[in-house]
Amino acid sequence: MATTALDFLPAPLRSLRLKTKQQELLLRVSTLALIYVLAFAVRLFSVLRYESMIHEFDPYFNYRTTLFLSENGFSEFWNWFDSESWYPLGRVVGGTLFPGLMVTAALLHRLLRALSLAVHIREVCVLTAPFFAANTTLVAYAFGREIWDSGAGLLAAALIAIVPGYISRSVAGSYDNEGVAIFALLLTFYLFVRAVNTGSLAWALASAFGYFYMVSAWGGYVFIINLVPLYVLVLLVTGRYSQRLYVAYNCMYVLGMLLAMQIRFVGFQHVQSGEHMAAMGVFFLLQVFYFLDWVKYLLNDARLFKSFLRITLTCVISVGTLALGIGTASGYISPWTGRFYSLLDPTYAKDHIPIIASVSEHQPTAWSSFMFDFHILLFLFPAGLYFCFKRLSDATIFIVMYGLTSMYFAGVMVRLILVAAPAVCLISAIAASATIKNLTTLIRTKSKSPQATSGKTTGSKAAAKGAVDQSLPFQHNAAIALLLGAFYLLSRYAIHCTWVTSEAYSSPSIVLAARGHNGGRVIFDDYREAYYWLRQNTPPDAKIMSWWDYGYQITAMGNRTVIVDNNTWNNTHIATVGRAMSSYEDEAYEIMQSLDVNYVLVVFGGVTGYSSDDINKFLWMVRIGGGVFPVIKEPDYLVNGEYRVDKGAAPKMLNCLMYKLCYYRFGELTTEYGKPPGYDRVRGVEIGNKDIKLEYLEEAFTTSNWIVRIYKVKPPKNRS
Amino acid sequence: MGLVGSFPFNSFLSGVLSCIGTAVLAVCLRIQVNKDNKEFKDLPPERAFADFVLCNLVLHLVIMNFLG
Repeated sequence: MATTALDFLPAPLRSLRLKTKQQELLLRVSTLALIYVLAFAVRLFSVLRYESMIHEFDPYFNYRTTLFLSENGFSEFWNWFDSESWYPLGRVVGGTLFPGLMVTAALLHRLLRALSLAVHIREVCVLTAPFFAANTTLVAYAFGREIWDSGAGLLAAALIAIVPGYISRSVAGSYDNEGVAIFALLLTFYLFVRAVNTGSLAWALASAFGYFYMVSAWGGYVFIINLVPLYVLVLLVTGRYSQRLYVAYNCMYVLGMLLAMQIRFVGFQHVQSGEHMAAMGVFFLLQVFYFLDWVKYLLNDARLFKSFLRITLTCVISVGTLALGIGTASGYISPWTGRFYSLLDPTYAKDHIPIIASVSEHQPTAWSSFMFDFHILLFLFPAGLYFCFKRLSDATIFIVMYGLTSMYFAGVMVRLILVAAPAVCLISAIAASATIKNLTTLIRTKSKSPQATSGKTTGSKAAAKGAVDQSLPFQHNAAIALLLGAFYLLSRYAIHCTWVTSEAYSSPSIVLAARGHNGGRVIFDDYREAYYWLRQNTPPDAKIMSWWDYGYQITAMGNRTVIVDNNTWNNTHIATVGRAMSSYEDEAYEIMQSLDVNYVLVVFGGVTGYSSDDINKFLWMVRIGGGVFPVIKEPDYLVNGEYRVDKGAAPKMLNCLMYKLCYYRFGELTTEYGKPPGYDRVRGVEIGNKDIKLEYLEEAFTTSNWIVRIYKVKPPKNRS
Repeated sequence: MGLVGSFPFNSFLSGVLSCIGTAVLAVCLRIQVNKDNKEFKDLPPERAFADFVLCNLVLHLVIMNFLG
């Protein structure tokens, strides 16, 4: 054995010298521990910059339900009917949400309390996503090791710890389903691939539990229940049917389906919905395969088996298509819902379901988004596909399919980059790890060949290799150069990810920040100011009408009843609100009276230059309202197809309720030096109707930067 | 009155799925225990049986919850 530096240590320390295998284990474990801490730490930017609060809109609903769960227990939560939202309809919360996230946070909270760490549930909620992101890195390591080797696993864990596509939905404070769901997704896939590789019932049972956790956490479980049957189908078609596959898929499907049906929101969809029929079809197909395999084993006669095969196949295919046809035609098997159908046909939502089309996350992805969210992984992905095809096995076929399908869907909808991120990280890790391994092997064989042992086959091989190496003199240097290049790329990736997280994905969006003219930071906390005003200055049974974006936040922070909120389950109700916002004040007053509205809340960015305000969203209100009430026509609000708010705007636009509420008293305000009063900083024009008089509403509260404006609806006059 | 319960489709589904489930699990056990199968050569039959028992336990617990 060659002498190493450790030989020069004094005698007592020399006993601590580890064998190579132990050294490797220590290195691996410490790297994984560092990756775990990194994944957690990189998501904490907004907690350090602002405070520990919940971000965005949807997480507020999740927070409110988690609070309810931790205060009232699981039985109350499971049967909860919420009368504070969707007035006067209410919402069956227990049956219309995915409980995984809330139950997880409540359990973590309970565990921490049992360890005498008295933390508030909000802190647990804020830090749930980073905690599960760190767990995802561990699963990615195990998965990488299953598919390729432990080097690829380590690299996959490191890549997925900081990939921006995943960070965007799992920062601290983003208390949303995806934070937990991606962990469940990767865990289910890993356990299923392990079950297929080992053929053991225990691993298949574990993957069924993983699937159950995924179903409880996110509606995107439909991806799993379609990808896994597709994978089984591909294996069957490519002639890789094996009994391990039979055991793994059957156990996972039956137990997973049963467990999934325990969630009330999912209900009987696994047997009734068109989206889940692929899994059932493949289940029956697998039984047919097994049957044919068994008959082949019994018959031992090729010709007889061939005719038997023909008869069986025709029977099975005809019965299958007949069953599917009857089911679909009679309406028992419901067709694909709009949300998932628009993934297959991206133009469907724009024509038929404006609510789905209006969400900015549902737009098709631009190349810049891909580059922003994946960086070097974008070109490592095809390289990884190449490596996977070179070493085809059941596991690599799976990851290739996961990668290709998720990349297709990521191209259709921006939000689904999140689902593609784990696949891209794994495949890129395979590419990078295999390349680095080849390069380092190249460097090490060159330096080892002069010490080749004599007389053995390995010696002659090494000598031959040495001879080959001599003929390419720059191979050693080229390998070193390429290795340095690879490390440089990976370091740039790390820098890019940290920069992206810090600049783009760490804003709480309920607190806005900007740079003042002297470079100092200015914070706009208007949203919370308005919600707390509502909480403290309105009667407890007041009903607030606003656009559906703000519903969850109003109920969670303002603690008041809202008319519509982000759940968007009732399109007609939202269209009614949209109609009220786009009508003249007297028509809108009738609608508001019918809904018992006491206060109206609008968001206005004209003073601060905040561009996600209600005037910019107004056309969607018109479209959604017009989709249900034909009296609202979009061309009425446009001038020559152009959307304007200045003097040349359409008269209906200048006098509709939304315009009046946003620009009330705005005509007297000077917003920018050198511009006339009433200059809207977002639209960049002077508004058209400066002298606004409100007849049926009165201004109740405007926040300090005019971002949120609240109006009180006056009761009807005593004398008509 | 309390014999059948008020969720007939639940009961129907749990009946069907428990039959299919136990059949499938039994087939999987037989595959794993059969000495002629080369793929499961190094799986001890005790482990196969233990897996079978565990899966059946989970199956029947979920069925009982689902019965309605």
